[in-house]
Amino acid sequence: MRQKIIAAAIAAAAVVAAPQALASEELNFDAYRQMLADGNPAELFEMEGEELWTTARGPKNATLEKCDLGLGANVVVGAAAQMPRYFADTDKVQDLESRLMHCMDALQGIPSAEIINGSFLKGERAKVAALVAYVVGQSKGKPIQVDLAHPKMKEMYAMGEKTFYYRTGAMDFACSSCHSQDGKRIRATSLPNITTSKGAAEGWGSWPAYRVSNSQFWTMQHRLWDCFRQQRTAEPVFGSDVTIALSTFMAGKGNGHEAVWPGVKR
Amino acid sequence: MKKALLLAPLALFASVAMASDLDAKVAEMMKSSFKANGIASLDRQVQDEVQKACSSPTQPDAATMKRLEEAQLATVKWPEAGNYTGGDWQEGARIAISGRGLTWTDKTPDNNGGGCYNCHAMDPKEVSAGTIGPSLEGYGRIRGNSEEIVKYTWGKLWNAKAYNACSDMPRNGFGKILTETQIRHVMAYLFDPASPVNKQ
Ligand code: HEC
Ligand code: HEC
Repeated sequence: MRQKIIAAAIAAAAVVAAPQALASEELNFDAYRQMLADGNPAELFEMEGEELWTTARGPKNATLEKCDLGLGANVVVGAAAQMPRYFADTDKVQDLESRLMHCMDALQGIPSAEIINGSFLKGERAKVAALVAYVVGQSKGKPIQVDLAHPKMKEMYAMGEKTFYYRTGAMDFACSSCHSQDGKRIRATSLPNITTSKGAAEGWGSWPAYRVSNSQFWTMQHRLWDCFRQQRTAEPVFGSDVTIALSTFMAGKGNGHEAVWPGVKR
Repeated sequence: MKKALLLAPLALFASVAMASDLDAKVAEMMKSSFKANGIASLDRQVQDEVQKACSSPTQPDAATMKRLEEAQLATVKWPEAGNYTGGDWQEGARIAISGRGLTWTDKTPDNNGGGCYNCHAMDPKEVSAGTIGPSLEGYGRIRGNSEEIVKYTWGKLWNAKAYNACSDMPRNGFGKILTETQIRHVMAYLFDPASPVNKQ
């Protein structure tokens, strides 16, 4: 099974990687979509994640089937559309990635530090990404439905909104510098206006995504990390409050709109 | 009624206190959620006066804007011997096109691009231009090269906040993004009649 997934992934990567050589700046998106119509390469990650969910792993040699993503142990369908959410057992607001990290630590004994101090696309953090693909795949076409009622959710949302406008770093950028007006572009890339409900849903609800430009699967943590890089700040810590706050703000703002994850992106 | 009147200011006070509480929490989070990586050190997480004043959906009142702009204008380093535009427009083009520099994956804080095309149209032939800033196509041809316009443009490139405290444009000279020599090259790219910016 594993062998097959990897072979398929390589084949898919080869298909989508070829046109990249032409002009990465002026990609013909329709051509890509056409090419991907037979299957979003993210599906390979979904399959890997599904297998990981039920595979006994870690020092405790346990599966993730006791993991509660907010709707009860082992309930995966619809869970991603309602995250981030407040979890009473940790007394924390958690996004999908930090919740998975918590489950891996608590159930399987895989230390969170290994993931937090790791790198994207590698080791246990790559495993988290595959699990993310599986979980969001079970919320396809669902409207974003984040419950902001709990005081800790309210506070996270408010902090996320403030962070969105927080200018800092070598170029004075805030998220709002690039994402607060309709119809703006950086070079040829369109930027969603995240201060509107529709734009927030567009930004929040299309990640995680398979990126055709580099044949990589990126989670929202990864997306935010790269936006902070472009913003010229120091490096955000994986799963840290700032990432949860921004995620809560974007998801909450996008409430009611349909998510298209896992997305396919340039 | 009396009670309501008494409570109203209290509630107002509480919400104001909560708002500044939240600001303090956010400022703290902007440090504690980050780690230094290479040239991207943690001091990047601390706001200066302008950044702090311009971190909400609405900008400060006119008097505050004016005060901030005057302070920023005072930081502008005017060019040696009044040499504003004597750079090489071809060098200027390279600097305007390159958006690289100052991220935690860059090895050195020097040799940065200006990233002008991320936000501005400049050479009318370049189709892949951003739209966050206004089009600068035909800049020198349209604006001319009076001392006033040349000086203003130098100042804008050195410290964009001197003319609009909450501008989305980075402070190239002040922020050590570009050197004086690089800014002179970009000035030539904007003003030289031979530059593609000024061709139709
Ligand atoms: C300097 C400009 C810049 C800043 C600042 C910036 N971003 Fe982005 N952002 C981009 C660009 C460019 C893209 C598209 C990237 C791509 O497609 O490769 C993007 C994409 C995104 C997306 C995905 C949008 C989609 O529809 O796929 C989200 C969400 C996002 N940014 C959130 C943020 C947040 C939150 C911040 C603040 C922490 C931020 N960005 C700061 C430039 C920026
Ligand atoms: C992140 C986006 C951004 C970048 C990068 C940027 N600018 Fe700007 N620029 C703006 C915006 C927005 C304005 C208009 C608002 C303001 O600042 O007054 C502007 C204004 C200007 C103006 C004044 C135009 C006028 O009509 O008075 C000039 C000149 C200019 N930019 C040149 C440049 C050059 C040259 C570079 C590259 C070194 C550059 N900008 C980089 C966003 C940007």
